[in-house]
Amino acid sequence: MAAAESYPEGLKYHREHDWAKVDGDEAILGITWFAQDALGELVHYEAPEPGTTVSAGSSYGEVESVKAVSDVIAPLSGEVLEVNAKVVAAPETVNDDPYGDGWLVRIRLSEPSEVAGLLDAAAYIEVVAEQ
Amino acid sequence: MQMQTLLRTPLYDRHVAAGARMVPFAGWEMPVQYEGVIQEHRAVRGGAGVFDVSHMGELEVEGPGAATFLQELLSNDLDRIEPGGAQYTLLTNERGGIVDDLIAYKLSPHRFLLIVNASNREADYRWLKERESRGSEVSDRSDEYALLAVQGPRAIARLGLEPAAPFTFAMGEIDGVELMVNRTGYTGEDGCELLCMAEDAGTLWDTVVARGAVPCGLGARDTLRLEVCYPLHGNDITQETDAISAGLGWVCALGKDFTGAEELRRIKEAGPARKLVAFVMTDKAIPRHGMPIEGGGEVTSGTHSPMLDVGIGLGYVRAADAAPGTGITIDVRGNPRRARIVSKPIYNREEH
Repeated sequence: MAAAESYPEGLKYHREHDWAKVDGDEAILGITWFAQDALGELVHYEAPEPGTTVSAGSSYGEVESVKAVSDVIAPLSGEVLEVNAKVVAAPETVNDDPYGDGWLVRIRLSEPSEVAGLLDAAAYIEVVAEQ
Repeated sequence: MQMQTLLRTPLYDRHVAAGARMVPFAGWEMPVQYEGVIQEHRAVRGGAGVFDVSHMGELEVEGPGAATFLQELLSNDLDRIEPGGAQYTLLTNERGGIVDDLIAYKLSPHRFLLIVNASNREADYRWLKERESRGSEVSDRSDEYALLAVQGPRAIARLGLEPAAPFTFAMGEIDGVELMVNRTGYTGEDGCELLCMAEDAGTLWDTVVARGAVPCGLGARDTLRLEVCYPLHGNDITQETDAISAGLGWVCALGKDFTGAEELRRIKEAGPARKLVAFVMTDKAIPRHGMPIEGGGEVTSGTHSPMLDVGIGLGYVRAADAAPGTGITIDVRGNPRRARIVSKPIYNREEH
């Protein structure tokens, strides 16, 4: 079942519809409810290799629905520690649970100060409202 | 930026009310999906779905010379069908290129209905009108009609219709709406296309949905046709591609004379340089229109197959590489991804 629209408090958001859950010098990244709804049911996740570096504001992978391809933008910079194998095997997990089981990568932050530049839930909801 | 007003079918308000996502398509504002492409696709393969295809064009050709006129312009042989019969055929140019692919319905020996692609309606009309000869009158009737495609193994039963042979049609009535029931479609499933007057479209749509056909958008229409390898004009076949290379020699009656026949006979004789093939990804990736195929080819249509759960597509490859079983490499945004050429159709309902 597709998830209901939500933008949890406690996550940090990038205006390209990506979220980060920061925990010390690591973060888990994913795409927001808005992004997965715009794409429709996901059928492919082109994931980065563990060990590669991602940089804030740049694409680190792709997600595809039947009709569309979308770059996934990194909200923060760092090194990929882990790719969510569940989403590689079953991309629709992102539609079912975009902030939980549907996370995309776990990274080690290289520039922790970037966190301060991200949006909180309230600010991101304003971005969504403008779309 | 050039702004253009999009056309709307008589069912626009119903689509919006049903929560459809509306997108521009061939100058029309059309539903791409209601609940989701994959769900809608499976509804058609497993039961029944209904598509608003009122954006398609209806051209009528009438008169004592109509049959002769169309025989000179269409690739297939209209003499092979009787009134009540329909035929898949091509409007070809002098170079053997494809102006459009369409279905011709023989209403009488002197009256034909051509149901054509929305994107080519005006071009087709002009093409025919410019070549109109004495004794044949071409008219564009598209604005008068609405067209609903009701498709799926349960479609005919849910509409309360009797089974009939594919590529036939009859005048009929469903819950008080008079219509033409065409045993044709674009999904590879049993079903029909219902042509009614534009003002009756809402009533007919409501009836068909109440009888259990799931509203489906253009997204599912595309994945369904691609699984069964029906070409899409503008992608897989164009004015620049010929019927022989596209694997449509079977709709070209090369024994008669029609526009481009000579060139098509020459291509058939010499063998085409490229062929339109179907392929299935062996690497995990989704092919898309325009992606290069290594060795000098190109993907013309690509998607994720909801039934096979794998990337599938159509594309042109060198004729020497076109045999089923051949491996090909597709450039997926800079990454080489492997695929295998397969026999058409990619999805065969008898096997599933």
